[in-house]
Amino acid sequence: MDFLLMAPVLIPFVTGILMLLFWGQRDVHRILNVAGAALLLTAAIVLLDSVARHGVQATQLGNWPAPFGISFVADLFSAIMVVITGLTALAVAVYSLGSMDEARERFGYYPLLHIMFMGICGAFLTGDIFNLYVWFEVLLMSSFVLIALGGERAQLEGSIKYVTLNLLSSALFLSAVGILYGAVGTLNMADLAQQLALLDQPGMVLTLAMLFLVAFGIKAAIFPLFAWLPASYHTPPIAVSAIFAGLLTKVGVYALIRVFSLLFVQNIALTHGLILILAGLTMVSGVLGAVAQNEFRRILSFHIISQIGYMIMGLGLFTPLAMAGAVFYIIHHIIVKMNLFLVSGIVHRLRGSYELKDLGDVYKTYPWLAILFLIPAFSLAGFPPLSGFWAKLMLVQAGLQVKQYVIVAVSLIVSLLTAFSMTKIWAEAFWKQAPAPHQPNTQHLTLMVAPVVGLALVTAVIGLSAQPFFDLAQRAANQLLDPAEYIAAVQSASLALR
Amino acid sequence: MHSLILATATRLLLPLMLMFSIFLLIRGHNEPGGGFVGGLVAGAGFTLYAAAYGVSQASNMLRIDPKRLIGAGLLVAVSSALLSLFLGLPLMTGLWYKEPLPVIGKVGTPMLFDVGVYLVVIGVTVTITFSLFEAEGE
Repeated sequence: MDFLLMAPVLIPFVTGILMLLFWGQRDVHRILNVAGAALLLTAAIVLLDSVARHGVQATQLGNWPAPFGISFVADLFSAIMVVITGLTALAVAVYSLGSMDEARERFGYYPLLHIMFMGICGAFLTGDIFNLYVWFEVLLMSSFVLIALGGERAQLEGSIKYVTLNLLSSALFLSAVGILYGAVGTLNMADLAQQLALLDQPGMVLTLAMLFLVAFGIKAAIFPLFAWLPASYHTPPIAVSAIFAGLLTKVGVYALIRVFSLLFVQNIALTHGLILILAGLTMVSGVLGAVAQNEFRRILSFHIISQIGYMIMGLGLFTPLAMAGAVFYIIHHIIVKMNLFLVSGIVHRLRGSYELKDLGDVYKTYPWLAILFLIPAFSLAGFPPLSGFWAKLMLVQAGLQVKQYVIVAVSLIVSLLTAFSMTKIWAEAFWKQAPAPHQPNTQHLTLMVAPVVGLALVTAVIGLSAQPFFDLAQRAANQLLDPAEYIAAVQSASLALR
Repeated sequence: MHSLILATATRLLLPLMLMFSIFLLIRGHNEPGGGFVGGLVAGAGFTLYAAAYGVSQASNMLRIDPKRLIGAGLLVAVSSALLSLFLGLPLMTGLWYKEPLPVIGKVGTPMLFDVGVYLVVIGVTVTITFSLFEAEGE
């Protein structure tokens, strides 16, 4: 069981190490890359299965009992996130084989990618708030290099913004952790949940909650802290953009959900009310930003922001159905958003541009690609019966249950505007006549198309048989809303130590 | 720039520095010292050699690509953490050999971890300084 919990961290780490040992041997890197990602996905699925059967699992690193040692905890939410990480890792690993240039491959693109997966899995599984900071740093360090690797002009400009704001957010996070430790005297999240309930300093707790909200808010790109995202996400190679867009901001959302369901639940009316307002503003500002854009990847980048709003909306409503909606939304969003970025990369390969004005005729020349775009695009906008429809339905229903009509109205309007944006891409890139003919580059195209097809299939499966996914999200939400099982798992892991 | 004084001194200093670095490494898990400082001292020794004789000679002497040294060090460190998993204990649990060895003292997985750190630090410092020397030489 210990091995199962640690495997999602160890597998990408060992993969990265092996690549270091075979430095400069591109073929070995490419094989290890796919093998490591496939193994990660397998381990993640086994972990999720075990958590779904036997409940929350925990282990104490180094055989030190909680609250002194570092806990690793997998509840359903963590396990689901790890599975999604494995899935996206495999998709981007295969896609990179076809799309990454040889120079970047030689300069350590693959080891960096896997070390980043290690950081992401660690952040999802740790049960210690300082350790969460450490994992954030691990994934940020690799992401800094990944976004700058290649050193093109636009890339460096984007990475400066990305690095600066993320360092600021890390500094805030670290200060918040320090103050939290000063106030409560513990960093173990299960222990914190119990100690914070006893702490009779509402002002202090609220201050801490706001510090964490800002720190994770920057990472998750919520209103008004999102400016760095559309300024940087379209600059690196498309495979990197895709993994950043799909997965990285969602680590911030994960941290927000974890902290505001386990630790800061003393004054829900205030904190979660504020989160709900921010959710509405995030949705609106993201989607309006997208309307003004005319570049494939930039439109998609702004849509990440508006979609983050939906996830935060679930957290803000804080009812069982809403939290289930948030979890479901994250599952749906990561797959769909990543897929859209991957499709934009294929369009770029075939038509030589990301600018909508230079594109066209894709539907006429490549109808299969048009269909591959339509599945995630419709899902993103929330067309039935695709996954996005169910995710939005859950959130809308949850909003109606607690009579939050404003946020429900906002979410529906934003949905409509999302559909408008997708129509714009469709009309410009796929339908209109191309302004100039372009010689398509079809080298290794199969390797780029295969992951897109796979992810589109997953989207369709989630949409067409939503019930098991809904049940899983509901169970995950119940665990989040009632931390007793989480706390008990950490305690019993400590008691079982020899 | 070739300096006879530096070259001669390096020939005497390098073995001393390497021995001292091993001393620091072995002492590390009981007393001040450890893989990190040990690695830094060894790395400084190789850097000195590169300054005196040039990067290509220093690379020849090192024999192994410093990047592989980083990988090997990480692998050693991970395996020290993994050993306890195979005994059914949580990851990173410290395992100790019961009887203290002469001179070295008690040995266990923390020492193995230190050896890993030692190799990683040598690899990283040498990679950095060698590439700086190469950039300067261009």
